[in-house]
Amino acid sequence: MEDIKLIVDGRRIDGRKPDELRNVKIEAGVLKRADGSCYIEMGNNKIVAAVYGPRSLHPKHLQNPNRVVVRYRYNMAPFSVDERKRPGPDRRSVEISKVSKEAFEPVIIKELFPRSSIDIFVEVLQADAGTRVAGINAASVALADAGIPMKGLVSAVAVGKVDGEIVLDLVKEEDNYGQADIPVATFIRAGKIEGITLLQMDGRVSKDELKKALELAKKGCMEIYRMQKEALINRCRGDEIVE
Amino acid sequence: MKEVISPERKIVLPGDLIGKNPKKAGPGTYVENNRVYAGIFGLLDEKSLRVIPLKGRYIPEVGNLVIGIIEETQSNGWSVDIDSPYEAFLPVSEYPGRIPQGKDPKDIMKTGDVISAKVVNIDPLMRVYLSMKDRNAKILNRGRLVEIIHTRVPRVIGRKGSMVSLLKKELGISIIVGQNGRIWVFGEEDKANIAIECIKIIEREAHTDGLTERITEYIKNAKKRPERS
Repeated sequence: MEDIKLIVDGRRIDGRKPDELRNVKIEAGVLKRADGSCYIEMGNNKIVAAVYGPRSLHPKHLQNPNRVVVRYRYNMAPFSVDERKRPGPDRRSVEISKVSKEAFEPVIIKELFPRSSIDIFVEVLQADAGTRVAGINAASVALADAGIPMKGLVSAVAVGKVDGEIVLDLVKEEDNYGQADIPVATFIRAGKIEGITLLQMDGRVSKDELKKALELAKKGCMEIYRMQKEALINRCRGDEIVE
Repeated sequence: MKEVISPERKIVLPGDLIGKNPKKAGPGTYVENNRVYAGIFGLLDEKSLRVIPLKGRYIPEVGNLVIGIIEETQSNGWSVDIDSPYEAFLPVSEYPGRIPQGKDPKDIMKTGDVISAKVVNIDPLMRVYLSMKDRNAKILNRGRLVEIIHTRVPRVIGRKGSMVSLLKKELGISIIVGQNGRIWVFGEEDKANIAIECIKIIEREAHTDGLTERITEYIKNAKKRPERS
């Protein structure tokens, strides 16, 4: 596929500039039975996140006497991708669940709920690259919606290298035929990035390119943060909660 | 469910900077580097520097009156569901009065019975101990149970109990409000219905002003309704 050009005249295949996000829509409180929930659309990604807890944790040997146990399940629906995905956890989704959980560990104030658990479920309904970061964005809103004590919010975005250029928020074609895909999650407090809680890389970039990519990711995360904030405030001001 | 929040109330998100005086930091906040941040998503109370939660599970505190449902009887007491991540335990010694000779705990209260009790102790492992040696503690074997979001309980109680006493006085019924969001209502059926409707309104409109006046008005209108035979 060497002859495919992914960036022509500074525009990407979907018409975006290199530092532009896809359209993002976030809605909090979409599930009645969950303690907190969120639906997110990032471009063609469609994801629902649900949070339960703090609740008692069974079996008992999993309990931690000093702090709450956070559990995270990332799952793709069989119909979320072109070729049917075999249902159930696989190597990829187990890994994503683990790193996503670790993206939240420093943010959740865990000491307040010893012996209990907080369960986060992220269901990918439609996938188009960057599902783990979209899932983290949704989970972050769902956690806040559930009233879970946190030090701040987690906002995430993917950056990458496509046609030799550093770009923000890759789509599937860019992910498949580009040179690198770098998901980044950040811990944001009081409108300021306090730290990076997830950083992965598939492909290769130079040191300078990585620095540039991180700067771009931080800019993208701030934009996502503003939208997460808006979604949570709308949940109260919007006057309606799902029956 | 429709929720109503006065537009004057300021909504804060986890991590929002809300103050610089760590000595004043109240519930729902945390302190780092001498700054006070919001720890939960909720409404900011600037005066007492705390965040009022909108949602969240009930976490028991010593002194709380709760309404529980007996889960299991053991030889030395009862384990009680208090609608919280933590189960509570009521030892036989905290049951008022004596257990007659030859009878054991299961003869007094069994699984499914509803009680009101006071939280008397919580150990570091969050094991919760209840006591029924309290004026408001009783076995609730008649009446009805309503569940609301526990964060709205303070509004149902009102300032110094003004809201509950209003309901009790106007409707002539008994009400026990548990801090865990369970409310027990007992009285004439029509009156109890009105009380439950009022509780639902308070739950929905908890974060608005002038609630007492609206409830008074609501009761007045509801009492004019023809009684169902």
